[in-house]
Amino acid sequence: MSEYTVINSRAVRVDTPDKATGKAVFIDDMTMPGMLYGALLQSPLAHARIVSIDTSKARNLPGVKSVVTAAEAGLVKYGVSPARYDETLFCHEKVRYVGDDIAAVAAVDMETALKAVSLIDVVYEELPAVFTIEEAMKAGAPVLHDNYPGNICAEVHSEFGNVEEALADCDLIKTTTFQNKRQDAAFIEPQGCIASYDLSGNLTLYSSTQVPHYVQRTVAMVLKLPVGKVRVIKPYVGAGFGIKASANPLELSACLLSMKTGKPVKMNYNREQVFQYGRARHQFTHTMTTGVKKDGTIMALKHLCYLDGGAYSSFGIATVYYAGSLLGGPYKLPNMKYDGYRIYNNKPACGAMRGHGGVAARACWEQQLDMIAEELKISPIELRLKNMMVAGDVTCNDLNMSSLGMKECIEAVKDGSEWTAKKGKLPKGKGIGMACGFFVSGAGYPIYRSDTFHGTVIVKLTEDGGTALVYTASAEIGQGSDTTFAMIAAEALGIRLEDVRLESGDTDFGVDLGAYSSRQTLMTGHAVKEAAEDARRQVLEVLAKELNVPVENMDIKNSLIEFKQENVDFTGLRTRYSKEHRGWNDNPADGPLTFREASRMAYLSKGSIVGTGKYKPPELGGKYKGATVGTSPAYGCSAQIAEVTVDEETGQITVDRITDAHDCGLAINVTSVEGQMEGSVSMGLGEALFEEVKFDNKGHVINADLAEYKIPTMLDMPQIKTIIVESNEPNGPFGAKEVGEGAIMPTIPAILNAVYDAIGVRIHELPMTPERVYLAIQEAKKGKTS
Amino acid sequence: MKKLIQLTINDQHYEVAVEPNQTLVDLLRYQLGLTGTKKGCEMGDCGSCTVILDGKAVNSCLVLALQADGRSIQTIEGLETGEGLHPVQEAFVEKGAIQCGFCSSGMILSAKNLLDQKSNPSETEIRRALAGNLCRCTGYQKIIEAVKSVPQAN
Repeated sequence: MSEYTVINSRAVRVDTPDKATGKAVFIDDMTMPGMLYGALLQSPLAHARIVSIDTSKARNLPGVKSVVTAAEAGLVKYGVSPARYDETLFCHEKVRYVGDDIAAVAAVDMETALKAVSLIDVVYEELPAVFTIEEAMKAGAPVLHDNYPGNICAEVHSEFGNVEEALADCDLIKTTTFQNKRQDAAFIEPQGCIASYDLSGNLTLYSSTQVPHYVQRTVAMVLKLPVGKVRVIKPYVGAGFGIKASANPLELSACLLSMKTGKPVKMNYNREQVFQYGRARHQFTHTMTTGVKKDGTIMALKHLCYLDGGAYSSFGIATVYYAGSLLGGPYKLPNMKYDGYRIYNNKPACGAMRGHGGVAARACWEQQLDMIAEELKISPIELRLKNMMVAGDVTCNDLNMSSLGMKECIEAVKDGSEWTAKKGKLPKGKGIGMACGFFVSGAGYPIYRSDTFHGTVIVKLTEDGGTALVYTASAEIGQGSDTTFAMIAAEALGIRLEDVRLESGDTDFGVDLGAYSSRQTLMTGHAVKEAAEDARRQVLEVLAKELNVPVENMDIKNSLIEFKQENVDFTGLRTRYSKEHRGWNDNPADGPLTFREASRMAYLSKGSIVGTGKYKPPELGGKYKGATVGTSPAYGCSAQIAEVTVDEETGQITVDRITDAHDCGLAINVTSVEGQMEGSVSMGLGEALFEEVKFDNKGHVINADLAEYKIPTMLDMPQIKTIIVESNEPNGPFGAKEVGEGAIMPTIPAILNAVYDAIGVRIHELPMTPERVYLAIQEAKKGKTS
Repeated sequence: MKKLIQLTINDQHYEVAVEPNQTLVDLLRYQLGLTGTKKGCEMGDCGSCTVILDGKAVNSCLVLALQADGRSIQTIEGLETGEGLHPVQEAFVEKGAIQCGFCSSGMILSAKNLLDQKSNPSETEIRRALAGNLCRCTGYQKIIEAVKSVPQAN
């Protein structure tokens, strides 16, 4: 029985009826009068100098309204992190990957736009290209960016404690190397946008984005517009998973074309372009050396990581830090050394995808911990519990576990999966494995250095009718944030959920850093709560004056005013309200004073009641280089147990069951938390078993479609048992913290460990395709007989 | 040159001029304003463009508009009635089977089509019937719960 009235329950989401009926408007559902269609000219070569660009034939094609290249766009550098602004909207000297953007066209229809693109004559001087880390780092290799010799986009070197000293003192040292593959987010809705520049110089950009705020700033910076003249509005978004968490060339091109033509311009990626644009998960090669005492105490971790970055930085500078920093927890680890390198090459850029740099690192380490447990003859669960941090502990790299329900998660999945009855007792070919993970609940610092608030919210009460309007620039991208915030507002105000109307995703509503780093529930949630409480206070202050009752003796619950004292006479107030509503037949007669009446009185006394809220985390983290990456006001954590069947004849893995426990602090909308857990598992399962973006030797993506890039279908997914753990996070609104990215962390290693349990063979490379598993089985057999 | 075709969509008769290379999904979305049917890949891989064509769930991105001449189509817009949501839509909403919503039109129509042909399908039958509708958000768990929960006439 929850102590709350609205939150911590199963709520039907506010947006799903429209999504169930086809009424929900996504970007490609929109048209505007006079709208033009834009198309991009993208490089067919992986690495080439641009000798000349001739747009004359394209410009002269009937129906073409504008053709733009770097000459029109200018050369303002942009990217994700200001420390690595290494992109221009259009290439001007050279192209760096197949798909790099050279020009854009706006025309009366798509067919004309595409025809015009084909008429743009570009003379290239092909340059030697590099497609792997090894090729890119070789002496004399072609350099993608002149100011990054050796194609080293970023490197990190950090040490906490003294790893060599600690290792010397360890009873067991294990070294493994693990590699995942470049992944694609495969959201079902490709990127798209409509830009509209009006006669007063105001630019409105509608876009399928996770981050209206960052897009607004990037558009203003690159196209040299005042930020105050740029408005970004997000319609419904068909998911993003991190790839839509930064401005893309479609958005910038559409804006530029609209400025040139004075007409709205719509642009979309087709599915192939989505793959070519990339910006999804890097391929990581992790080499980890872990030292433990014979009783299983983890003493030290030495970690080397190479990231296959692609042609531009995108989120990469944060990624290379996260790959190391997120191993500081959730186990007590006094000594940690990390050397990370992100390498440029002539493939699409990689960015931040659900779980960011933490996923592959976690997979490597959780499998290694299982190997250590086996060698020490300790159960993998016991090893984790023995080393687990508790709430209040701080990692060696200054990450503060203000709440950590990890023990409860482990116990929940152990019971929920009947681990004890199964582990060690399953027939050959069947296995059970577990793993843990955690993630930030919002990055501690914005992507650009700033004192900005991370979220601002306005709650305005309607002048009549008792509805609370919530305005937030945050991004509902399918995770359910609109409903979560409506619930928080309702709870904090004391009104029913149906008395809240929320609008989101518009930069005119305020600042919100958007849906990335799993931040919105905690950070935007705080701002919503504060704004709602502000509005509530204003209403109660008016009532206090009108009724001569102290504010402390009043409460609002279920859209009714509760008095903590006897004999409060509000008949005068009620009469005034009725007089203003002659002709209504549902005026309150008997019964408690309603919020509808109280808020009306507040308006008549003060004018429009507007509550404001804002949130910025306190200064977090240590004082070393890169200390900010990994900091967060809170960390969500989870444990998962996977049960698999492996066919040793074919190498085929079937995941039979997943048991998943996630500590989200407090579940605002229970159904949404479960939904994120279940979705995370399917994404982790896909990466573990099927997913890999493949290239030919010319840098083309060869599986740029959803048939050959295989994401789990309904036939691939097992039943998932989800268990929510609530550790009550002190830094979260109502105790809430994240679920969206923390929940993916344990999936891959739980499956890896289950596969080992099934067939006694360790796999250190993803995806675990039947070929890979079959060959590993054969290798192991050979090793046994030799 | 455009050709005139006649078709029934959601029990309403239409007469439209279409290009020979125009797909049914483009006809629905851009010419007839029925934007509930989505385009995720235009290659028949994702199922977000699913409509019911003469009682069969099809990828409308793989159907030429000309092929729909003389035929009857149901899109997501045709499911709700004056009384409210169709039971399948209701189930999806109640069970939390919708997150971003982009696969939902296609998924709901595939589910409806399954239930029109087989009442009380097993979980395996549900998974098989909906395997052509990809979802990246839900892990399919609550979609299956929703389909199982739709009230069935015995």
